[in-house]
Amino acid sequence: MKENIVIIGGGIAGLESAARLIDLGYKPIIIEKSDHLGGHVADWNCLFPDMTPAREVVNRLIVSSADANIFLNTEISFVNKLKDSYNIMLSNGISIITKIILFTTGFSVFDASKKEEYGYGIYDQVITNRDLEHWFNTGDDKRVNNCGMNAVGFVHCVGSRDEKARNPQCSKVCCITAVKQAIELKQKFPEAMVYCFYMDLRMFGKKYEDFYIGAQRDYGIRFIRGRVSEVSENIDGRVIVKAEDTLSGKPVKVTLDLLVLMAGMVCNSDSTKVAGMVGLPLDSDGFLKSKDNVADIIDSPREGIFYAGACTGPKTVPETLAEARAAALKIHLFIKSLQ
Amino acid sequence: MDFGFKISPSSAVNLDNVNVEKFEQLHSVEPDVYKCMACGSCSSTCPANRFSGMSMRKVILALQRGKEKEAISMMRNCMLCGKCSMVCPRGINTRHLILSISRIYKEDGK
Repeated sequence: MKENIVIIGGGIAGLESAARLIDLGYKPIIIEKSDHLGGHVADWNCLFPDMTPAREVVNRLIVSSADANIFLNTEISFVNKLKDSYNIMLSNGISIITKIILFTTGFSVFDASKKEEYGYGIYDQVITNRDLEHWFNTGDDKRVNNCGMNAVGFVHCVGSRDEKARNPQCSKVCCITAVKQAIELKQKFPEAMVYCFYMDLRMFGKKYEDFYIGAQRDYGIRFIRGRVSEVSENIDGRVIVKAEDTLSGKPVKVTLDLLVLMAGMVCNSDSTKVAGMVGLPLDSDGFLKSKDNVADIIDSPREGIFYAGACTGPKTVPETLAEARAAALKIHLFIKSLQ
Repeated sequence: MDFGFKISPSSAVNLDNVNVEKFEQLHSVEPDVYKCMACGSCSSTCPANRFSGMSMRKVILALQRGKEKEAISMMRNCMLCGKCSMVCPRGINTRHLILSISRIYKEDGK
């Protein structure tokens, strides 16, 4: 008996799971709301800590999952619970009956314009981490001044660890992303001063600490311990950043040509919407709730529904891929148990 | 014995000698005081900071290190405008905290 396997989300988690399920002899169905596969990683330029081109990672995944049934530009209209399965109605009019749903719905990047004091969308010289990656990829962004770049700043924890932004948890990957992007900018503009305004630096992964030391020693990036309180613009269109240098206990002010906001990860609202259709609970951090956060992170509290990747919380690319593989195996064992 | 000179007292903070009684009292009425992660948002936004050195971050730290006099003298410059409460990422009601500190530590502060 061939079971339908529905994978919601065609980001790296969905593609990796699909590829592994294909290896195990299944033909999974991927539902993707946008017009391309690869999710957020497809918009990225290079990945830490080895500067792997994101395009290569995504292309490899797309090739290995090519035998799946893929629906692009498709959303889930509604889900009905049947006796021992689910009826999923897609926005293109197709309905699928399945016993197995894999959530690989991922995250959303925090909307930096909500932190109005940082001036995103107000001042021309303020961009986000995602805009910077887009500029690395395309070179197309009027806000980045290609010739006159004397000073650049990075603000850590924008919309993360912030109760005022209703997002108290740490987004985990922005620290290392800021270090990576700071190095990349320094490589492009060796004369520029690069500052990182941080509260705590969380270099938890393999080789991250080396990367951070390299940023200090080899690239001379200045790390200032203090959260930026406000950003304003001066008469020639440069931005003035104010913070407290908490290590010296003095207020600090610096004028910059570009300010990059490290917008954090928040749960995708479409993910919560679909989770609501099948009655899945949310955890206290706003992401989907696993059966157990230590032993069963990829199991949902409902039978036949599984998770992989950032839908259960901020994750790095290798963590997401590892979970996707684990979920594929879990689904394989679940199908075996049905027979 | 008088050698004609003295060794100046150590400036090190000796946590063994810090009396935490008042801070515990403060903590029981303001449980959020332990939520401070010393990011410095309050100090950098404080209108009194640049002129008087008032810093909520430093006050919370000084109280925990037993430097009560230092904390109280900083707090005299607070105008209770409440800007620090608006920016605190941990959502600490700093303005209310300042009032509680003034009450609990009042005999030292006078």
